[in-house]
Amino acid sequence: MSVVDSYRLRWRRKRLLGRALLRSYQLRPVSVGADRLSGDPVLLFCTLRNERIRLPFFLQYYRDLGVDHFLFVDNDSDDGSREYLAGQSDVSLWTSKGSYKASRFGMDWISALLRRYGHGRWCLTVDVDEFLIYPFCETRPLRALTDWLDTSGMRAFSAMLLDMYPKGPVQDQPYREGQNPFEIAQWFDSGNYTISRNWSYGNLWIQGGPRARTFFADSPRQAPALNKIPLVKWHRGYAYISSTHMLLPRGLNLVFDEWGGEKASGCLLHAKFLDTFAAKAEEEMARGQHYAESREYKAYLEGLKEQPDFWCKWSEKYINWRQLEILGLMSKGNWA
Amino acid sequence: MSLGFVMLCHTALDRAAQVARHWAERGCPVVIHVDKSTPADRYEGMRAALADLENIRFSPRHVCEWGTWGIVAATQEASAIMLRDFADVRHVCLVSGSCLPLRPVGELRDWLDARPRTDFIESVTTADVGWTVGGLNAERFTLRFPFSWRKNRMLFDLYVEAQRRMRVRRKLPAGLVPHLGSQWWCLTRQTLSAILESPDRAEYDRYFHRVWIPDESYFQSLVRMVSANVESRSLTLSKFDYQGKPHVFYDDHLQLLRRSDCFIARKIWPHADKLYGTFLHPDAASQPRAEPNPGKIDRLFARAVERRTAGRAGLYMQSRFPNREWVNGRTAAPYSVFEGFAELFEGFDTWLSKVAGTRAHGHLFAPERVEFAGGAQFYNGSLCDSASLRDYNPRGFLTSLIWNTRGERQCFQFGPRDSQKIAPFIAGDPHAQISVITGAFAVPLFQSNRNFGEIRAEAARLQRIESEFLTILRAPEVKARVRIWKLAEFVESPMEPLQMIVDEISPRSLRRLTEVPRLTNLTGFGQFLQNLRNQGMKPELMGDFPVGGDLPNPGGRRPRPYLVK
Repeated sequence: MSVVDSYRLRWRRKRLLGRALLRSYQLRPVSVGADRLSGDPVLLFCTLRNERIRLPFFLQYYRDLGVDHFLFVDNDSDDGSREYLAGQSDVSLWTSKGSYKASRFGMDWISALLRRYGHGRWCLTVDVDEFLIYPFCETRPLRALTDWLDTSGMRAFSAMLLDMYPKGPVQDQPYREGQNPFEIAQWFDSGNYTISRNWSYGNLWIQGGPRARTFFADSPRQAPALNKIPLVKWHRGYAYISSTHMLLPRGLNLVFDEWGGEKASGCLLHAKFLDTFAAKAEEEMARGQHYAESREYKAYLEGLKEQPDFWCKWSEKYINWRQLEILGLMSKGNWA
Repeated sequence: MSLGFVMLCHTALDRAAQVARHWAERGCPVVIHVDKSTPADRYEGMRAALADLENIRFSPRHVCEWGTWGIVAATQEASAIMLRDFADVRHVCLVSGSCLPLRPVGELRDWLDARPRTDFIESVTTADVGWTVGGLNAERFTLRFPFSWRKNRMLFDLYVEAQRRMRVRRKLPAGLVPHLGSQWWCLTRQTLSAILESPDRAEYDRYFHRVWIPDESYFQSLVRMVSANVESRSLTLSKFDYQGKPHVFYDDHLQLLRRSDCFIARKIWPHADKLYGTFLHPDAASQPRAEPNPGKIDRLFARAVERRTAGRAGLYMQSRFPNREWVNGRTAAPYSVFEGFAELFEGFDTWLSKVAGTRAHGHLFAPERVEFAGGAQFYNGSLCDSASLRDYNPRGFLTSLIWNTRGERQCFQFGPRDSQKIAPFIAGDPHAQISVITGAFAVPLFQSNRNFGEIRAEAARLQRIESEFLTILRAPEVKARVRIWKLAEFVESPMEPLQMIVDEISPRSLRRLTEVPRLTNLTGFGQFLQNLRNQGMKPELMGDFPVGGDLPNPGGRRPRPYLVK
């Protein structure tokens, strides 16, 4: 990498941080638990819009993992999400009426919060439909993982997005509030992912899974990216580039080993494909507030008309993290 | 006789205090050293928490930076206090604040009482040490290390390099033979006092002051000069990973630790409530115990290190993505590639899967769709038959397929009609067995019902592609096991090559082939080639077919009736 390139990346990073600062004026605090933000907590950052039905399980899941405090940005919900979150003692909530798209799909808001509250702490940035699985997550809390990453000198932990889907059309099994979404969406693709290296940012670009084979079989290049680095020991100079797919400075993206070894990694189980999906896809299309002219949602809506069934004979039923480890979707690395 | 503990702590002082109390209440004096860089209020809190125990002492605090002299100085001073204040102590155990006793202290005392003169300290000469990380081994003792490895890595490295260049070598104190070993030991009063009260101690201290990681060598070396009975092992179960940092134990290691029968383990995660609760429980059940046996734990951690350094061959995933040049383990398992066989034999796939007990696919890289075995739309791992998905990343497609089907050998057909992007990859893969019958692509053309002009153009195109493929296969850097026959040559005696290929795929079923696939009818093929020649094309990959219509005798020297059909 030449000096010019690294200088350019530096400016890119500065620009991202500048945007975040600018957009941070759109954030209006609803309830901020300042006392909960002191010390050395594990923090979770999330931006959402109209996800009321998902929230109880989401909060419960991450509380059980040992997240100490949640920081939410509510993008103008009208389904009671805001009121519900405001009533939780371990949640700090901001609201924004600004454009989701103009704020880089919420990342500018999150970046502003990360910069302000995340410095020097382990920060988990996820969507409300993403559930982190890491090695030993049944027996060891998130704190054990972050302590271990600290002593290993690692600043970032990667967790690939694993799309989960039900058997049969997604509309068939309605999701109830508080229910574990993976009681419905319990299947996944175990081995049809393609990986390439993104040399300009040093990260891996992973595509594939049920979305690629169902919606993007003819245009695989446009299939959504599945690589994510959601857990980072934050520094105020860091910046996420697009969603949580990659970061600057580039060194943070080196969450993989190039010489044959395996670093520790996890998975983000993606509970996108529930009965709520169709309604969401239509709403998001109408708003036109998603990445690349909502190309993804356009493809979904077309596919959805035919009542898609992601399930195939070789779909794998989710059991636990060890299964994902054996299948090679994640790794314990040298954590034993 | 009593047993005393010298405890070095720097973080998680509450846990250290809990363990110290456990020992002190059971009649074992404890001298605690707290790192000077630990905040004063925490230190005072620990003192206050243990104030009610009269057999606990706190030693003067030193800064204990990893790899420096401070740790040894702290140990020396704390040990001296132990020997001075607790006259009935016979064995002194050096432990850390993150250690946890796995067996009741009474058992350890009894065990040591049965070995009253033995010093338990891992002490190995530098030549025999395999565990040091970072390449510094004997040089730890012959160079000087004034700079901090943690804080001034660059200066540290530069200074080491400079000394190497200038061939600086320190002189060792007379009689000292450098030994290395685990920092955690258990020494007798006699040995420990002999080390601490040695007339030459000032000289040794001065020397070790500039040795790299003296806490792993000071006592380990000196003990050899004063002790008659060294048992070179540590009573503390402590495992290090490939970077030299200790493995940590969590609640889910409970059974493993129990069954290890070791006395003390480090290091324990401070929030492992279940471990602390179980092993410090006042009436921790004492089952009949054996000698310490950390074998199982050794294996667990050895596997973890192996996974981190070598990984699973043939796996490409988010945290393992070997470089392109990484030849070792391109794919997870051996597989076979056949070019020209499906064209020459009828029902070759079916025959192959039956005879060799493998999965035989059609043309996986066919331009229309992926021809999985049995014409399936999806295959292991939910791989999909879409050609565009496959061609988007053919390497990824193939490595995924081989990874997904670990344990079952895969065979597939390949040919000049197929997408060729994968060719260099399989040629460079030691797992690939590639068998090629050159020129067999002409057989389907020969049988087709197309205009001859089209056939000629197509034959020329396919021949060019196949030649390029052959060039790749004949390159010197090829790692695959490659076999190439010309069509004419193969048709002459097809049995031997087939037998050879099948033997290689399933070496255990060493039996002769009883059934061979049906050779397609080639009558008139020689004339067909001549027609191509007459049209101005030069079919050269097929070998010499007689124009006269008569085929070379199929079956060759060993004619088998079922072959001539």
